[in-house]
Amino acid sequence: MIKKIEEIFFRSLMLISNMLILFVLALILFSIFKKGLSALNWEMLTQRPHGGYYYGKEGGVLNAIVGSLYLSIGATFLATIIGVPVALFMNVYLVKQRKILNFIRFLLDLIWGVPSIVYGAFGFTLMVFLGIKTSLLAGIITVTLFILPIMIRACDEILKTSPLGLLEASLSLGSTKTETSFRVVLMQSFSGIVTAILLSFGRAIGDAASVLFTAGYTDSIPTSLNEPAATLPLSIFFQLSSPVPEVQNRAYASAVILIVIILIISLLSRALSKKYHKNRI
Amino acid sequence: MIVLFYNRKTKNRISTAWMLIAITFVIILPFILGAGLYYKSSMLFEQNSLGDLLFSKVWKPSIGKFGFLTFIMGSVWVTFIAMLISAPICIFAALSITQYSRKFYLRIIHPVIDILAGLPSVVYGVWGIIVVVPFISNVIAPIFGAQTMGYSILAGAIVLSVMIIPFILNILIEIFRTIPIELTEASLSLGATKWETIKYVLVKKAVPGIIASIGFGLARAFGETMAVLMVVGNMIQIPKNVFDAGYPLPALIANNYGEMLSIPKYDSALMFAALILFVVVMVFNALMRMLIVRYDKY
Amino acid sequence: MIENTKIKVDKLNLYIGKQHILKDINIEIPENKLTVILGPSGCGKTTLLKCMNRLTDLYHDVKIDGSIIIDNEDILHTKTDVTEIRKKMGLLSQRPFPLPMNIYNNVAYGLKISGRRNKKALDARVENYLKQVNLWDEVHDRLREPASKLSIGQQQRLCLARGLAVDPEIILADEPTSALDPISSETIERKFEELKQQYTIVMVTHILRQARRIADYVVFMYMGEVIEQGPAKEFFENPKMDRTKAYLQGAFN
Repeated sequence: MIKKIEEIFFRSLMLISNMLILFVLALILFSIFKKGLSALNWEMLTQRPHGGYYYGKEGGVLNAIVGSLYLSIGATFLATIIGVPVALFMNVYLVKQRKILNFIRFLLDLIWGVPSIVYGAFGFTLMVFLGIKTSLLAGIITVTLFILPIMIRACDEILKTSPLGLLEASLSLGSTKTETSFRVVLMQSFSGIVTAILLSFGRAIGDAASVLFTAGYTDSIPTSLNEPAATLPLSIFFQLSSPVPEVQNRAYASAVILIVIILIISLLSRALSKKYHKNRI
Repeated sequence: MIVLFYNRKTKNRISTAWMLIAITFVIILPFILGAGLYYKSSMLFEQNSLGDLLFSKVWKPSIGKFGFLTFIMGSVWVTFIAMLISAPICIFAALSITQYSRKFYLRIIHPVIDILAGLPSVVYGVWGIIVVVPFISNVIAPIFGAQTMGYSILAGAIVLSVMIIPFILNILIEIFRTIPIELTEASLSLGATKWETIKYVLVKKAVPGIIASIGFGLARAFGETMAVLMVVGNMIQIPKNVFDAGYPLPALIANNYGEMLSIPKYDSALMFAALILFVVVMVFNALMRMLIVRYDKY
Repeated sequence: MIENTKIKVDKLNLYIGKQHILKDINIEIPENKLTVILGPSGCGKTTLLKCMNRLTDLYHDVKIDGSIIIDNEDILHTKTDVTEIRKKMGLLSQRPFPLPMNIYNNVAYGLKISGRRNKKALDARVENYLKQVNLWDEVHDRLREPASKLSIGQQQRLCLARGLAVDPEIILADEPTSALDPISSETIERKFEELKQQYTIVMVTHILRQARRIADYVVFMYMGEVIEQGPAKEFFENPKMDRTKAYLQGAFN
């Protein structure tokens, strides 16, 4: 009898925990959409803020949308051309060197956990050292460093599952290791790699702490890498603290835009990974 | 034919070289990070001993006195309370997801966890400002007879706990899933109920993993910046209770970058704060990894 | 032919998702005999075994119909608590899975669960069952060490002891020797010869020679169907079905 009561007690705790998680997500989405959707209109999406982003009542957040896209696409591109080869190298060249491989994975897991504010601070130091001012370029470099470990580990997890036999078969047919890496291994795990890139892109576009010191913030849309760039997360952060309600609305609208982007990424990668799993079985 | 062969070889050589450069860069990255932060913060050590930096409350940048205790305590408070909230939720949720849930429910809860994990920090911050802060100010604080605007350690901890739930939960689900089902079968066939099996066998088997997941969560929470910064109040004081405002380390860095270059050594002080975060997170993660690896050998 | 039927499987069908895993299984398992379920890998032997103590409940998407009657009770459609049914049966799996606790508690686990907490009685029973599986001499001075520190062979014998400790009537064994060295395998086999005086043993195996050595009664399965069943002597010396003959001659391997 006591056994039964105990089990019922703990199962209700489990139920409550699950409900809390579902409830919190619903609450977050609901509360932000409620504030943000009414502020979201065509002007918001297509115009830059007028009269200064902190006090100007007119205009939208186009500067932040474009800035965020530039920044995240740039950083994701850099992280891809560095990260994917690293993951390939680990799984084609180092696949039999278990000790080295484990060490690299260990290191990656460690820097994977480093908070983005630390990258931000480091990025700032690097900028001062290199003599660059706050700019799109500085932001891209910092965000690249931040998403690189995420990208590599995600690709690595995908490539790890590609069968070794395939690799040996390809090598024995006379392909070079590079050809094997790119043609066989990469193609076989293509949708998985795309998922990893999407994941990194999501991290890049959502992070504020790493670009706080490095990308700057501006009302205008950057036309070169040396100009500062606004981003969506910072558009939320800065404009929410403004005393002007119209400016705060821009923050809420930015939050809705950012959430929608994240939801799209999440849906896309879910669809892709489903396809990927199907191919494997 | 020869040209083709030559081309293939060159291509192979170039891309192998690029891979080597890339991987070397990635391997030395953590060391560059650590060294860069240390180099920038080393100027502080001329006037302040390490003990003073870590354990002194005196924060007077204008006269070169930098005691980080207030900020360290702010971080510790927020992190600790956040873990207190999210750890039990994660453990219970992970158990029900791996042991009791039907496929239908898994199809709902997994995307939910994914979305929670993907939401940006500032979005959690916005939610904190429009929901959590007023809720604390209007509902929770009056219950305890406290008066607060809501911007407090508790607000930071609640927002933070929600943020790290998907992170810890995913690790825990993975841990419970890797326990072989035969162990459950063995316990059940000895006459144990499902709950007894969970209590005496599964949880016991997962103890190192549970500890590690909480450790990873702590490290993650310790460095989380924007969401906490937006709701925690940012007052330089050591909090006495959860309704007081606090000032965690990441918030210190994020809030003061503007003044970084106007006060001497201030930039060093902020880099030192980043260094503390870096070291704490790296050490924590390393310890937890080793715990998991060691336990895997059994 | 069979004097006392302990387990009667009647028109059992099992589906996982859309796959038809067990097809119209009808078998009778005699009491206090060693019955071997024989067949190539993937023929559904293990699934059939898991039906007998309802471990199939653990898996998603499993659909079962038909009945399994043990002691006049259809265990698939009964109101009796499933843990009571499982207590009647000890399970020995392919590889040993010692519980994450010390050697002593591995054996005492089932007893403690069912509420027996008298220290002296527990000590006596733990000693008794460890002796039954010839493990006592090897472990009596380190009962408080984690069971995971034992060798695989010792672990399997420990798993047998913990199963016996809850006084089952039936022992279900799923290729219990496949992960073991020859000496440990022999110990387990010899133990089974002794145990079948008191217990009904159902053992799954794909090793023909093992079946020849110890079976009293054989059920031969192929692709989810029972092809032939009967007393071991008859089955091996005078098989009736062509597929049985082919299997016995090694055509499947």
